[in-house]
Amino acid sequence: MNKSIEVKDLDLAFGSVKVLKKLNIDIFEGEFLVLLGPSGCGKSTLLNCLAGLLDITDGQIFIDGKNVTWAEPKDRGIGMVFQSYALYPQMTVKGNLSFGLKNQKVSKEEIAKRIAYAADILQIEDLLDRKPAALSGGQRQRVAIGRALVREANVFLFDEPLSNLDAKLRAELRVELKRLHNRLGNTMVYVTHDQIEALTLADRIAIMRSGIIQQLDDPHTIYNKPTNLFVAGFIGSPSMNFLKGEITDGGKAFKFGNTTMSLDGYDGGKLTDGTAILGVRPEYTTVDTTGIAGKTLEAVVDLDEPMGSDSLLWLTAEGQAMSVRIKAEDIVDKKTVVHLKFDMTKASLFDVNTEQRI
Amino acid sequence: MTAIDVNIEAVEPRGTKPKKVLSNRNIMVYGVLIVAAIYYLIPLYVMIMTSVKGMPEIRMGNIFSPPVEITFEPWVKAWAHACTGLNCDGLSRGFWNSVMITVPSTIISILIASVNGYALANWKFKGANVFFTILIFGAFIPYQVLIYPIVLLLSQIGLYTKLAGLVIVHTVFGMPILTLLFRNYFISLPEELFKAARVDGAAFWGIFIKIMLPMSLPIFVVAIILQVTGIWNDFLFGVIYTKPANYPITVQLNNIVNSVQGVKEYNVNMAATMLTAIVPLVVYFVSGKLFVRGIAAGAVKG
Ligand SMILES: Nc1ncnc2c1ncn2[C@@H]1O[C@H](COP(=O)(O)OP(=O)(O)OP(=O)(O)O)[C@@H](O)[C@H]1O
Ligand SMILES: [Mg+2]
Repeated sequence: MNKSIEVKDLDLAFGSVKVLKKLNIDIFEGEFLVLLGPSGCGKSTLLNCLAGLLDITDGQIFIDGKNVTWAEPKDRGIGMVFQSYALYPQMTVKGNLSFGLKNQKVSKEEIAKRIAYAADILQIEDLLDRKPAALSGGQRQRVAIGRALVREANVFLFDEPLSNLDAKLRAELRVELKRLHNRLGNTMVYVTHDQIEALTLADRIAIMRSGIIQQLDDPHTIYNKPTNLFVAGFIGSPSMNFLKGEITDGGKAFKFGNTTMSLDGYDGGKLTDGTAILGVRPEYTTVDTTGIAGKTLEAVVDLDEPMGSDSLLWLTAEGQAMSVRIKAEDIVDKKTVVHLKFDMTKASLFDVNTEQRI
Repeated sequence: MTAIDVNIEAVEPRGTKPKKVLSNRNIMVYGVLIVAAIYYLIPLYVMIMTSVKGMPEIRMGNIFSPPVEITFEPWVKAWAHACTGLNCDGLSRGFWNSVMITVPSTIISILIASVNGYALANWKFKGANVFFTILIFGAFIPYQVLIYPIVLLLSQIGLYTKLAGLVIVHTVFGMPILTLLFRNYFISLPEELFKAARVDGAAFWGIFIKIMLPMSLPIFVVAIILQVTGIWNDFLFGVIYTKPANYPITVQLNNIVNSVQGVKEYNVNMAATMLTAIVPLVVYFVSGKLFVRGIAAGAVKG
């Protein structure tokens, strides 16, 4: 596959504050890449560097094989959609869509053609003569996307485009975006801190933390084989349960408190005996009323949180709080003692010191 | 039955809460406002009344009584015939001088300051902060320190006592505060709009004229009010940097009122003062409306 965007050793500092550190990333043509990370980790900053809206401190950026490190935003072949929509308030929707094209001296007929095309795709034909103030949030976001669309750019950059919308509209536009991507097939870089958006939209997700990419993988791998403790804890809601214990029996078992569980089926590197952290997701844990003492983990139910389609069970095992996802109809009373079994094929073990997945 | 219904309605709170017209709060607020208004309106009343009385009537002494016989002679005299030293052509010359000083000073200073403010807010260049600090510092330098150096400077370039020289002085002295005003306004506009315009290929002037200016009506109105009233009311620079033929209206007014020949013509003095104050008054009234409209137009999010 051809590389659409290449970032080489990108450094960015605001004065003495280093925000991006030696960042390297390759994004392929037609790929939907999501940048995900906690607030302030540098996602928007990276996007602004790609767009050319920030002067980088060191490194290089290539778009479509061209070195654009010093190029102006307009010359990079990108379209950008902002969180606050950033529609020009004094122009009509049509004016907003054509502003960039007029600056590029595109002919009148061509402008009309492209606006008609974008308006058709985004279903905003009826809104073309309105001012942004007379649009709803979802409509504004569509126009903002349209503004990127008419530029016929190869690369689209999105900075949290849906975060100002309510949950329902967000879900709708998410699907629309995915459809749009399938239809256009261009490269999209999408910043969000909503993990559902990331998992549903992305071909690959880059998880960032304080200016460093922690893991760059497809959603499935990120979810099931997080490369380190941070990624494991960041992805998934509720968060993964972490049990600090010991690998014993030559890497065949994990001892947590008084329970020794078999690590049969663990999908990872070679295990050696010693202290480690076992990460298990609430949804890959089964709850049984009976178990084998010393082999399955005994836990006391604290709380039941029904979520409609399923339920979340909060329990305490060996003095540690844990959560488990169960079927909505499996009602478990408070204070009952249950036995937990973990699906080791979906579990992760982390080194205590490096916090890396083993 | 109906009687009971009415009764229930009176007891059960429902809908808009009734407000007492004569609440303590209202009495306080309106009381203070009325007193303040009277405080400012009485001198105005006296001025207008006096300016339309003849001198014999004024000598009778009651300054609050309305005129028995209305005459506009004092206004005409103030405008066209009042004497200042040797000249006897009234305020009119000073009025036109002031117009010729205020209009270009206001336009030039606002044009430059708005571009300055925009550049400082959106195009962070190297040393922008130092530049800005120096500019702000300039606002705190006492005028007295600069008066004589500027006299020298203006005579060097041959503009001392000329209207153009005074225009330059007003433009320069207005720069710090106006730049600060515009910079703070442009900084408050959403940064993403500016970024979007850059991605859309607009450059420095394109963004300024097509994106920023249409959103800036309110701040321009504020700047115009500041400059027009400030420059129109200026006395110090006018008296220092011009010669009698070029005196602005404020200096002219002073000379009419303080002229020592003959009797004090209170009615002419009052009329002259009113004429001098007309321009700032009109600016406040007209732009007040524009200002509200401008804010309403600027408040559109999107
Ligand atoms: N102009 C600036 N000057 C100094 N520091 C800045 C500037 N802009 C951003 N930063 C800092 O850079 C870091 C990264 O900011 P950035 O906006 O990229 O975060 P983000 O990942 O987009 O966060 P969010 O999810 O909240 O939008 C933050 O710590 C922020 O404080
Ligand atoms: Mg951000």
